[in-house]
Amino acid sequence: MKQYVGRAFTHRLFWPVAMLVALLAINVIAVPGFLVITVNAQGHLFGSVIDIVRNGAPTLIIAVGMTLVIATRGIDLSVGSVCAIAGAVACSIILGSPNPDDPVVVGIAVLAAIGLSLLMGLWNGFLVAVLGIQPIIATLILMTAGRGIAMLITEGNILTVESAPFKFLGSGFLLGIPVATIIGAVIITVAALLTRRTALGLLIESVGINPEASRQAGVRARGLLFTVYAFCAVLAAIAGLILTSNQTAADANNTGLFIELDAILAVVLGGTSLNGGRYSLAGTLVGALVIQTLVTTVYTVGIPPIATMVFKAAVVTAVCLLQSETTTAAFARWRRRSVARKPVTEAVVSQ
Amino acid sequence: MPDSVKAPVPTQAPVVEMTDISISFPGVKALDGVDFRMFPGEVHSLMGENGAGKSTLIKALTGVYSVDSGLIRLGGEHVTFSEPAQAQAAGISTVYQEVNLLGNLTVAENVLLGREPRRFGGIDWRAMRRRAAEILEGLSLDVDPNSLLNSHSLAVQQLVAIARAIDIKAKVLILDEPTSSLDLEEVAELFRVIRSLKESGVAILFVSHFLDQVYEISDRLTVLRNGQLVGEYLTPELLRIDLVQAMIGKELATLDDLENKVHSGERDVAPTDGVAPFLVASGITRKGAIAPVDLVIGAGEVVGLAGLLGSGRTEVARLIGGVDRTDGGQLEVQGATIKLRTPRQAIKHRIAYSSENRRAEGIVDELSVRDNVILALQADRGWFRPIPRKRQDELAASYIEALNIKTPSADTPVRNLSGGNQQKVLLARWLAIAPRLLILDEPTRGIDVGAKAEIQKLVYSLAENGMSVLFISAELEEVLRLSNRIVVLRDRQKVADLLNDGLDVDDLLALIAEGVTEPEPVTGAAS
Repeated sequence: MKQYVGRAFTHRLFWPVAMLVALLAINVIAVPGFLVITVNAQGHLFGSVIDIVRNGAPTLIIAVGMTLVIATRGIDLSVGSVCAIAGAVACSIILGSPNPDDPVVVGIAVLAAIGLSLLMGLWNGFLVAVLGIQPIIATLILMTAGRGIAMLITEGNILTVESAPFKFLGSGFLLGIPVATIIGAVIITVAALLTRRTALGLLIESVGINPEASRQAGVRARGLLFTVYAFCAVLAAIAGLILTSNQTAADANNTGLFIELDAILAVVLGGTSLNGGRYSLAGTLVGALVIQTLVTTVYTVGIPPIATMVFKAAVVTAVCLLQSETTTAAFARWRRRSVARKPVTEAVVSQ
Repeated sequence: MPDSVKAPVPTQAPVVEMTDISISFPGVKALDGVDFRMFPGEVHSLMGENGAGKSTLIKALTGVYSVDSGLIRLGGEHVTFSEPAQAQAAGISTVYQEVNLLGNLTVAENVLLGREPRRFGGIDWRAMRRRAAEILEGLSLDVDPNSLLNSHSLAVQQLVAIARAIDIKAKVLILDEPTSSLDLEEVAELFRVIRSLKESGVAILFVSHFLDQVYEISDRLTVLRNGQLVGEYLTPELLRIDLVQAMIGKELATLDDLENKVHSGERDVAPTDGVAPFLVASGITRKGAIAPVDLVIGAGEVVGLAGLLGSGRTEVARLIGGVDRTDGGQLEVQGATIKLRTPRQAIKHRIAYSSENRRAEGIVDELSVRDNVILALQADRGWFRPIPRKRQDELAASYIEALNIKTPSADTPVRNLSGGNQQKVLLARWLAIAPRLLILDEPTRGIDVGAKAEIQKLVYSLAENGMSVLFISAELEEVLRLSNRIVVLRDRQKVADLLNDGLDVDDLLALIAEGVTEPEPVTGAAS
């Protein structure tokens, strides 16, 4: 029994999961019916938990891409700006068409947004992989410039769209489940299969841990970097489309603002090190859920909005402290001590 | 075998006394009731194979690991260190095998890092440079204190690390493999420094795999094996053969057998006669690294590259391995001209380069043994064609067995293995791609006698099976033992290309030192 407890304590997902459970518990105490899921008149699932998995989808989607970027020892600060660009492109195409409710128009708008974001991602990849610029600086360029590009596309306006097919992305339901949640689930599943069922994950981790050794072993690091930055940008575009659809408006200044920080936090909470290397998509999923649950908790517990950021910071600090190497080492020592109490005396002389 | 404790106790009290030290890690008992002591003014060598517990013992003494049980006394007083800073403050100074300095700072900043002279609350840069210059001068090191550490060779960086350790006013100085990247002159220089420190009463713990150096410099030896104490000896009273036996713990006959087998030269490969060579390099060169060099490597031939550190031996290997690009010259593999821009292209031609820099350019330390073994093979297949898990396990298991890799399991991160075992994992990675030409750059550096013999044996049997090997080592005996032909480099130029027929160490030393080409036939003259 003790053994299992010990193992659970040292599992890399123990503290994030514990934090998630604790947050849910707080909510249940504040609002006893918090976990209740009902089916409303349209046959849609309904409840706070559903809200969490729906509203958390954009962060989760970006965090999946961010996980792979971070695994290569990089970081992508431009995802928020890419969200805004994707939303701006899609909305301006839909608004420019005579028939905004035509699914074909919406389809073209979505593909155009994703296509442009793919180019943005390749740009990031070019800066990092070919020019060798540090990822934080390389993506800072697009982070700053991207809002400007989005502004140019929207001509400085907030583009409000009335398009049923587009609205479906962010606030629609399929088989009673929010479409955004389904998209998020599909993306993390595909990413997991793509990296773990092929050798992509191994090669990404290898490049993240030791780029030079990987190069000498014949790993095409450059191609991998292009791939992860492009993938991350495409996921950012998808998240941006969901956000824009949910707001029914493209706002160059505010769509996806600070979402890069939430995504990075989700990755870190999930136990993937910013130093690159071993990554955990399952951890990222838990991390994204913790962040979204935090936002919800602020409302249910009634923390004043001015204290929201401080509260969020406190929780994140707690999880990071609990996960830190020092704490882990302390736990390991404590376990070893309690296991190896029995003295071992053996004669240690010659031969 | 000599008694376990034979050394008479000197009149002084020991400065370090470790009693009944035990440390375990999950699944391993790294140290099991080990006693260890050091006296002021002695050089004490700590000997043992990979995984014997040398590093663990040092880390227990320097506060990196805390001991599970046992006592540490320093100058007679019981001490417990929970972090390296405490040990340092108590006068225990360490220079690790891998240089632990900051390359982007100046030499002066590195020497005095953390102890910068201060004035008005800030750093007194002038005093710092002066102090650093004094220390370097004391070591007769001609290094500009203002130059960046990165701009110096690994050997100079090592000496700077020692300068740093000396300045701490240490009572105990620990030198962990300090000579593994030094050439002969630099070793002599280091020994001069060690002797003068010894005279001033410092106790020096010396760890090295070079038996010659151990016998030259140390007064006393402690031998560990598998985490246990074998014994403590006075150096002059312990025969080398007994020392090796104490370290390995098995009958030395097997090692002798190997030596005889390898040495007897029963291989009668005459690759340049008739058989097309595997690789022909004509005038390959790289600016600032190596002057144009011609080199021919036959199929199944072992070509040794001999020369001092910085002679260009690694540079040649890196050009052939595709790690660095050539500025000129031509490479032919089996008669076809090839261009190598990346190691990946070299691997496509079945040329594998195993770097001398195991940590920085070899192993991927957080990944498992299995992942490290399959890495090159997997990269060669491409990401979309993963090696099935079952095949991965088979590969890992077969190499763990064949190369006698000591690891708890194939899932263990490779950084938890000792240096020699990491080297074997690296070899496994290259063997897994079935190379036609294997370039081994210092494959036996910093590893113990047993593993060394195993690797030598492996090279021998690989060549017997038709693989070409380009073998680089600072140890001339090793080069002589394994090579069919030896290419000598000096000052970034090829000075000789000789059949290994009756050559001895002195011949090679003469060539390395003087660069006089003997009237032997020069075989690598393809143009």
